[in-house]
Amino acid sequence: MAVMVRIPTPLQKLTGEKAEVQSDGKTVGEVIADLERQFPGIQDRLCDAQGKLRRFVNVYVNEEDIRFLKQEGTELKNGDELSIIPAIAGGA
Amino acid sequence: MAVSSSLIKGLKCRECGRAFPAQAIYVCDYCFGSLEVDYDYDRIKGQVSRETIAARAHSIWRYREFLPIDGEPTVGFDTGMTPLLRARNLGEALGLKELYVKDDSVCHPTLSFKDRVVSVALSRAKELGFDTASCASTGNLANAVSALSARAGMKRVIFIPADLEMGKVVNSLVFAPTLVAVEGNYDEVNRLCAEIGARHKWAFVNINIRPYYAEGSKTYGFEVAEQLGWRAPKHIVVPAASGSLLVKIWKGFKEFHAMGLIPKPETRMYAAQAAGCGPIVEAVEQGSDIIKPVKPKTIAKSLAIGNPADGYYAADAIRETGGWGAAVTDDEIVEGIKLLAATEGVFTETAGGVTVAAARKLAAAGRLPKNESVVICITGQGLKTQEAVMHRIGKPIKIKPTLKAFEEAMERSAS
Repeated sequence: MAVMVRIPTPLQKLTGEKAEVQSDGKTVGEVIADLERQFPGIQDRLCDAQGKLRRFVNVYVNEEDIRFLKQEGTELKNGDELSIIPAIAGGA
Repeated sequence: MAVSSSLIKGLKCRECGRAFPAQAIYVCDYCFGSLEVDYDYDRIKGQVSRETIAARAHSIWRYREFLPIDGEPTVGFDTGMTPLLRARNLGEALGLKELYVKDDSVCHPTLSFKDRVVSVALSRAKELGFDTASCASTGNLANAVSALSARAGMKRVIFIPADLEMGKVVNSLVFAPTLVAVEGNYDEVNRLCAEIGARHKWAFVNINIRPYYAEGSKTYGFEVAEQLGWRAPKHIVVPAASGSLLVKIWKGFKEFHAMGLIPKPETRMYAAQAAGCGPIVEAVEQGSDIIKPVKPKTIAKSLAIGNPADGYYAADAIRETGGWGAAVTDDEIVEGIKLLAATEGVFTETAGGVTVAAARKLAAAGRLPKNESVVICITGQGLKTQEAVMHRIGKPIKIKPTLKAFEEAMERSAS
């Protein structure tokens, strides 16, 4: 599935300063693997040593947090938009 | 005090441990973990004792060495040292023999524990050269930033969700901030502020100043320990929104112990949340490693944070200490407010109702033992959330100004 991924500022050094990139995959996990092929090093920033998304990395598929969906197993369709958003601070 | 004698070493990522300078930053640019202040504890140890602290003025700054500023404090000289009540009546109602209420409903100047964190945040923000204070807030923080930045002579731009209680809106507006009401929930306001913060060089106390701001919550725990006669309680029930207060109270107890001020804390930490917004309690109850964000639905608006920034750390602290959590319904929240008022004469806001109701649940379930010290954390003032109880507390008895009318009314109310 061809999808569009929004890249947060701290990771744009890896994507040649591009804020939006095209990727491909049936699930969020596959898209992350594809991003790693295109932009080596990005997976290490997004995922921990076990290959799971770091707990302060928020991923949204069409504005919906994937923790409300099927996490990395969330299925994608053509034209979906993914946002990667670093930790949201706030509150006390 | 010169900068070179600062007790802050810098900031450190809570996830990967990378070190950063003590600037207005809050997130690790490598792994996106949040940053925390790193202190020079060896030097602190040589500088503090029970006696030096006890001899100081009654404010949060009596714990100066444990707070993240380089020089002298400039904001919040009258904030903190709120009462720790021995709550015998409430204890009887809950079946707890040694119960205390730490009462920040009377914190200076805006009647919530947020005055503590904002005093620290603005003192640090001034050191870092900011002239404008800002925040995303569910209400209490807006009040504290508005009031304390007014006194500190700073400009102020405050962001709140548009559906806040009138008491919290008035308590901000009176201090003449630029008050922006955003059509959305707190999590949306917060996300917007993170984006605004990238464009405007303002001190967002709960975003780019958050590592310093959050440390102010330790003073709540420090005071509890000092007021109990230099010891930590066995159990403490803490309202949780982002989860930061719970984490920092526990950190405060551990710091006091590491510096030789109190015996080893054997405290169990308990989170109190609303059933309509309880992601931390849910993770604890289910033994889950994931904090699943929720879309909040509760009258406890000051706790309505669906994506809690410190949720993982709060759940970790609860597990580490053998504590637990409880989530309560809107009805239980109102009953909690009324119970605290009727037993201890303290009028708390909805968040306090959550905490009392959660303590009640934890006691009834046997999670809080009868004969051990328990502290309930009351963090805000009931006058700010009158809407929540207005229709649940009866009405005044109206009479003509005659004795007859009075006696008749008394008979009617007795029957």
